[in-house]
Amino acid sequence: MAAIAVRLKGITKRFPGTLANDGVDLTVESGTVHALLGENGAGKTTLMNILSGRYQPDAGEIVVVGSSVRFRSPKDALRSGIGMVHQHFMLVANQTVAENVALGLEAPRFLLHRGRMEGEVRRLADTYGLPIDPHARIADLSLGEQQRVEILKVLFRNANLLILDEPTAVLTSGEIAGLFATLRRIVREGRSVIFITHKLEEVMEIADQITVLRRGRRVADLTPAEVESRRELARLMVGREVVLGVDREPVPIGDVVLELRDCSGSDRQGHRAFHHVSFAVRRGEVFSIVGVAGNGQTELVSAITGGACFTSGQVSVFGRRVRAGQPFAEERVGYIPEDRTGTGSVAGLDLTDNVLLTTYRRLSRRGLLRRHAARRQTEELLARFHVAAPGPHALARQLSGGNLQKLILARELSKRPRLIVADQPTHGLDIGATVEVWRELLRQRADAGILLVSGDLTEALSLSDRIAVIFRGEIMGVLSANDSEALAEIGPMMAGVRQA
Amino acid sequence: MMRPRLERRLAPSAAARWGGYGVAISLALGMGGVVFLLAGADPVAAYAVMARGAFGSLHDVSEVIVKAIPLMLCGLAVAVAAKIQVWNVGGEGQLVLGGIGAAGVALFLHPYLPSAAVLPLILAAGFLAGGLWALLAGVLRAKLDVNEILTTLMLNYVAIFWLEHLYFGPWRDPMGMGFPGTAMLPENAWFPRLPGTRIHPGIALALVAAVLCQVALSRTRWGFEIRVIGESPKAARYAGMRIGRTILWVMFLSGGLAGLAGMAEVSGIHYRLQQGLAVGHGYTGIIVAWLSRLHPVGIILTGFLIAGLLVGGDQLQTVMHLPSAVGLVLEGTLLFFVLGSDVVSRYRVRWGAPHP
Repeated sequence: MAAIAVRLKGITKRFPGTLANDGVDLTVESGTVHALLGENGAGKTTLMNILSGRYQPDAGEIVVVGSSVRFRSPKDALRSGIGMVHQHFMLVANQTVAENVALGLEAPRFLLHRGRMEGEVRRLADTYGLPIDPHARIADLSLGEQQRVEILKVLFRNANLLILDEPTAVLTSGEIAGLFATLRRIVREGRSVIFITHKLEEVMEIADQITVLRRGRRVADLTPAEVESRRELARLMVGREVVLGVDREPVPIGDVVLELRDCSGSDRQGHRAFHHVSFAVRRGEVFSIVGVAGNGQTELVSAITGGACFTSGQVSVFGRRVRAGQPFAEERVGYIPEDRTGTGSVAGLDLTDNVLLTTYRRLSRRGLLRRHAARRQTEELLARFHVAAPGPHALARQLSGGNLQKLILARELSKRPRLIVADQPTHGLDIGATVEVWRELLRQRADAGILLVSGDLTEALSLSDRIAVIFRGEIMGVLSANDSEALAEIGPMMAGVRQA
Repeated sequence: MMRPRLERRLAPSAAARWGGYGVAISLALGMGGVVFLLAGADPVAAYAVMARGAFGSLHDVSEVIVKAIPLMLCGLAVAVAAKIQVWNVGGEGQLVLGGIGAAGVALFLHPYLPSAAVLPLILAAGFLAGGLWALLAGVLRAKLDVNEILTTLMLNYVAIFWLEHLYFGPWRDPMGMGFPGTAMLPENAWFPRLPGTRIHPGIALALVAAVLCQVALSRTRWGFEIRVIGESPKAARYAGMRIGRTILWVMFLSGGLAGLAGMAEVSGIHYRLQQGLAVGHGYTGIIVAWLSRLHPVGIILTGFLIAGLLVGGDQLQTVMHLPSAVGLVLEGTLLFFVLGSDVVSRYRVRWGAPHP
């Protein structure tokens, strides 16, 4: 058995309203690439931020080469040989590559020998196959090149353990191959790499060891050889727990409330995000789109709700065409966005104002807000949806994630919507809040059609009548939730196998 | 390990905020006292001179009110823009443009106007000129994302040079014996004054504007949109608000308020365009707005107090032969400590290990 580079024991980290890490153990052997796999919000980045000294754990222990350590800052972690490359790079845009690498070095203290620094950076870059011009300004580099600078920064400080947070998200496929070659070179020297990702192919290609996290807990430790299929990995990631206590009695199916016909669209960089997507949602049903994060769901929802454009195809709501790129203010549509703190609510405003956020047009008369009506409405919603809050005057930022989500749900449902778009509605919520949100969504089927986008298979299976699986922006197939045989196909479909 | 730490409060308590004010003002007065000592004066005597100079007689108070009018209007201008996270530091230029607009209409159009229409028209002209001037920066910000701090600031210099060009050049009074300045405005363009004082209806303008701003921000749909856009553009977009358009309207209103200040100075005090219109009211307005935490009604109070500070500071010069800039020093320290207390009141000190 190889030497152990780092061991995490029982790491627990709590943020207001969420348990980001719950007693996580992790052992990384020297000379290996260790993949940390999990959905968005599974707690991967938090765990690594703890290991790299950015956060302090609430409980648990970090052991580096046999001795227990406590990091108070990333600098402490670096001294113990642990360096992290964050998803969002931390580089000074108007300085050169060499200057960025030199930034924060303990020696030399005052004078920087520019020529020598550049020479050293070049030598190191050549050793690890990281082609870069030490003299170039960061602002002129591509994201792939900037990532190389981040890796060089860590290598320059002689780190023994390199943590990379979703490194391939910004790379082209050629660059990914280059990165993997570099990582192999690094581990061949006996150093280790922790590789955070939610992409299954990459795990199978590069990892020596795999740890899967789900909802803050470690759910599996295995090697690629032990993985029978990608489908199994996908299932480990998104979970398939016992369906929780929600009963889903069928409701009579009504008119089409949302229809997409051959829709294609791109992300902000102009890359194709989804294409040839067609489906219809009827009143009385929950139609869900499931898939591993980053397969076009975000852009698709954004196009449907009018935040982004679609490049071709058409969307109709209640039989009327929605114009592309037009913000969605339709009264009878409830939209629960994925980002509940930044988009779905305003942290610095009180709860009444947050209820007004999407209902203020209805709750005003001749340009004046009906403040009493709004306050009454807020009080009513807080009570009816069991939102734990001091009252309508509390600020949104005082609420926990679960209570905030219940408030947003309450607000959107108060519009008596005929179409509900719910994007990851229970992401990061505890079980209790999750079940409450689920029950409420199901109750709405009497009046509305519901489009659910979820990375959580349990959620999709608990709520849906029909399930569409999305992979690389395409719908792999649509399954009926009553057909248990067909449901076995979800795993392979999430990994890119089309419906038979 | 027991160590003191600062922890962010979710919502600052009212007591902490008012307490913070008290502490900040005491500290600022204390610092001012040190400045007086350094200047070789007795702090207590100096403060007494200032207080008497500003509030010692009805006439003194009336002068404080006169001085407060442009400060209040410029403070409101800064505050409404700041509510939508637009930093309008161009109050000075917008004030100047308001003055130019008002004077231009009064000087050149009055022969064609019924006498009673002159004041309302120059009022509108002042507002419009200031508003359009601010809108230049507003359009650049809303359409091209150009930083409005730079554009509004630079437009101040343009406006002031333009003002000087006008009264040194084309608009100069031919009968003015070579003094730089336009001709006197016709009397029907003058604000009436409270007998025996220089107080003019500009004060009513400022009060009404403050109340309207307060009502608009807290009670109207439009004000709600402003608050949401200011706090979170992402949420505003989610709610279907039209951000660019709202920014333009706010910028226009903001510039218009500063323009009114310029109009009131011209029509209530100077009766002509001349040196002394651009004396920094637009910049002091920034301080007034932030000392009041952008609260419109607070701006009325703060504008009055800052005006008192400035008028009282002038007395130091005549009575104690201290530089009148001491008033400005006090203004600066006050802002420093009040903003500081604002930050401090958002945190509390805790002892012990981090809370989970």
